[in-house]
Amino acid sequence: MKSLQKFTELFAEQFDESEDVVFEPTTIFKDIDEWDSMIALSIIAMVDDEFDKTINGDIIKNANTIEELYNKVIE
Amino acid sequence: MNNLFSLKDKVIVVTGASSGIGRATAIMCSQLGGNIILLGRNEERLKETLNFLENTGHLYFSLDLNEDDDVDIFIEKLDKIDGIVHSAGIVQSQLFSFLKKNDLENMLNTNLIAPALLTKKIIKKKKINKNSSIVFISSISGPNVTYIGNASYSASKSAVCGLAKTMALELAGKGIRVNTILPAMIETDLINSIDSSSEDIEKDKKNYPLGDYGKPDDVAASACFLLSSASKWMTGTDLKLDGGLTLR
Ligand SMILES: NC(=O)c1ccc[n+]([C@@H]2O[C@H](COP(=O)([O-])OP(=O)(O)OC[C@H]3O[C@@H](n4cnc5c(N)ncnc54)[C@H](OP(=O)(O)O)[C@@H]3O)[C@@H](O)[C@H]2O)c1
Repeated sequence: MKSLQKFTELFAEQFDESEDVVFEPTTIFKDIDEWDSMIALSIIAMVDDEFDKTINGDIIKNANTIEELYNKVIE
Repeated sequence: MNNLFSLKDKVIVVTGASSGIGRATAIMCSQLGGNIILLGRNEERLKETLNFLENTGHLYFSLDLNEDDDVDIFIEKLDKIDGIVHSAGIVQSQLFSFLKKNDLENMLNTNLIAPALLTKKIIKKKKINKNSSIVFISSISGPNVTYIGNASYSASKSAVCGLAKTMALELAGKGIRVNTILPAMIETDLINSIDSSSEDIEKDKKNYPLGDYGKPDDVAASACFLLSSASKWMTGTDLKLDGGLTLR
């Protein structure tokens, strides 16, 4: 299973215009200006590709930080 | 030339640049100031196109767009681009009752899957700038009309339009525009490969209200328009280019 660090990197890769944002496990991702429904869909697709796991929108909705989401992904 | 239609300093990838519409598009883009990356399989003919280009700073890569590994290597070498014109394509005429799985797959591979995956990989690798423009050369055959024997070709060209609209929607947030051009008959090698007599061709031209088939430059001009900031509010559009053929 990929590490939290790797997940954070893959998470950050879905963003194009947030060069000034530091992505850390504790980052509250919905506060990032660029966050929108397209990025949420990219995250779902990335998790499917990289972690072979299907997550739904609710899981994203209920997570605040990247780490919380990671914990759901590896559950 | 500093106007709305200028492509100055824009890096434009043109597939199918070794021939026909792709070649004419590459040449016109270079005349408008673009830096062109020419793609196609035939190296000799890519070099010929390169010689026709205005200014310097152009490149060519000869590759088969159906070979995933070659496409990946090309994308690794690529710097950031501002536009793509997908002109690589094949035609094959085959009656529907004789359709073979293999032929249908070949058609979809070259006309639909290869351009889709090339673009997807360029975007995923973040090799495309904000406010870029992507142009697919589809056809009136499929989206508007069809011809006997064109089942798989028309299917591939209609599919490209569906693909382009979805891309336009999903990529709008990145400022990337996606449009298609639907030409009717254009005088290139591709139509020489269709076995009609010159008499048939002359007769067919009479079906065009504007009196003639199109020329590669006609398509190139539309592609350049779609690449330029003159069309900056246009996305998800199928631009019909048919000399009036489908009006009647
Ligand atoms: N001519 C028309 O009447 C007309 C009308 C409507 C739409 N269109 C469309 O316009 C596009 C261009 O047509 P055209 O008339 O310019 O045709 P063309 O002269 O036959 O050129 C086709 C180009 O596609 C390239 N190509 C084909 N398969 C490829 C592959 N697997 N990998 C890389 N390159 C490949 C060829 O390059 P290499 O051989 O060097 O690989 C060639 O440069 C096509 O998509 C066609 O369907 C044409």
